[in-house]
Amino acid sequence: MKQAPAVLFEILRGAWITARHFTVNMVFHTLRLFRIRTRRAGAVTIQYPEVKKPIPPRHRSLHRLMKRSGTDRPRCVACMLCATVCPSECIVVEAAEDPDPDVQKVPSRFIIDLSRCCFCGFCVEACPEDALRMDTGRIDLAAYDRGDLIYDLERLLR
Amino acid sequence: MIEILILLAKIVGSLVWLLLLTLYLTWAERKVSAVMQDRIGANRASIRGLRLFGLFQPFADAIKMIFKEDFRPSFSRRLLHTLAPFLSFFFVAVTVSVMPFGDRIRIGGRTISLQVLDIDVGLLFVLAMLSLGIYGILLSGWASNNRFALLGGMRGAAQFLSYEVALGLALVGVVMVFPSLRLSEIVSAQGRLLFGFLPKWGVVLQPLGFFVFFIAALAETKRVPFDMPEGESEIIGFFTEYGGLKWGLFMFTDFMEIVIISCLTTTLFFGGWQVPWLGADGFVFPGGGTWALAPWAVTVFQVLAFNVKVAFFCWLQILIRWTYPRFRYDQLMDLGWKVLIPLGLLNIILTAAVLSV
Repeated sequence: MKQAPAVLFEILRGAWITARHFTVNMVFHTLRLFRIRTRRAGAVTIQYPEVKKPIPPRHRSLHRLMKRSGTDRPRCVACMLCATVCPSECIVVEAAEDPDPDVQKVPSRFIIDLSRCCFCGFCVEACPEDALRMDTGRIDLAAYDRGDLIYDLERLLR
Repeated sequence: MIEILILLAKIVGSLVWLLLLTLYLTWAERKVSAVMQDRIGANRASIRGLRLFGLFQPFADAIKMIFKEDFRPSFSRRLLHTLAPFLSFFFVAVTVSVMPFGDRIRIGGRTISLQVLDIDVGLLFVLAMLSLGIYGILLSGWASNNRFALLGGMRGAAQFLSYEVALGLALVGVVMVFPSLRLSEIVSAQGRLLFGFLPKWGVVLQPLGFFVFFIAALAETKRVPFDMPEGESEIIGFFTEYGGLKWGLFMFTDFMEIVIISCLTTTLFFGGWQVPWLGADGFVFPGGGTWALAPWAVTVFQVLAFNVKVAFFCWLQILIRWTYPRFRYDQLMDLGWKVLIPLGLLNIILTAAVLSV
């Protein structure tokens, strides 16, 4: 019973905090509703599909294979370093001979299974040719079919 | 014949008022809590792209619940399991019939009171019906044949019984000050002035009574600081074995209880439909100024005042629900039996002492 006044004070302070948040946010919501520019919005929510948060430059998103300059062929030389370093073992590379005599090999198959990928970015770090990057900015990768998550050479070159 | 039609109109009107307010209270709860927590809240429900701050959300919820399977566990007691949500719903919904929405109005030489039933024992009727609401909880726990649901029901019954005592004691003071159990008379008595300027509202005469009543009433709504029977986040509550629309009825009853408690608080402690200094002919301000009003304008003011007060108390209860953590069970019982009931008794003694002087 001795702490009763202190407890009562804390109870009222809690109500004061939520009531203050409510009032301040409602003022900003109302001002925004009437198209009045304010210092901040009434809520911190980002309305995701319509509004997107800017992706920071070093963010790792969907992979892409770089193209050799001036051609449509991949820059990849099928050295297998990415497939070797991948901790999820989700990269499959199969090498073939490149028609260009200056280049030794080219991947005939290059598959990344995104259902296993953990987006660690080791493949990008390991690549000696800078042929693989994770800077597409695509993060909405969900699919209705597991097969749609297996990205082959064509889709990665896009 | 006309009498019956008027009565029917009043019944339908008050029920529609109650149900609509309750329906939108579910939306308001989500939005108000969101604004308190710097969020936006439900705003995706739309009709052909028209969102209107998610105002269609309650209807989307209702449609979802109606189309869910009406599931009944094979081990439950069929009749009681089905009956429980209806009992719970009915006993709360029926209390709206004694709430005075406004003063008597005169239309074509006929006096109509804006209240469905102006019975002598209105206050007792509300208390009795709210107490019967326990049966919904107890029965749902019992008929589910689930130990955890039964425990939830027992917790609910224990909590209700404890706080009902405090609730009743707090209201004794009100009945002593406005010597009537008829709700319309209690409201009329609050229209007078104290010391010539202060409206003679229940909260002015009975501040301690209001405090005890409001806390006990919060416990009766079984929402968060007192949500022991349900405990949606951790403990298992009495409607565990319900789904679809039956569960929806329990949820709806919860929100309806908020409205009813707000109505009761307004009627008993905040002057019901009384607007300060508004008489039958218009405003008479204590400073000496007057503002004459037509009878219809007075009625509009009164009904509006009642609605604004009810809306405020609904908001206050949402604020409380989203501010405080749940009581521990022993704390709950301590508060009920060791704090609120002695305070209620003290309030009665103080009131009696003041009245006898």
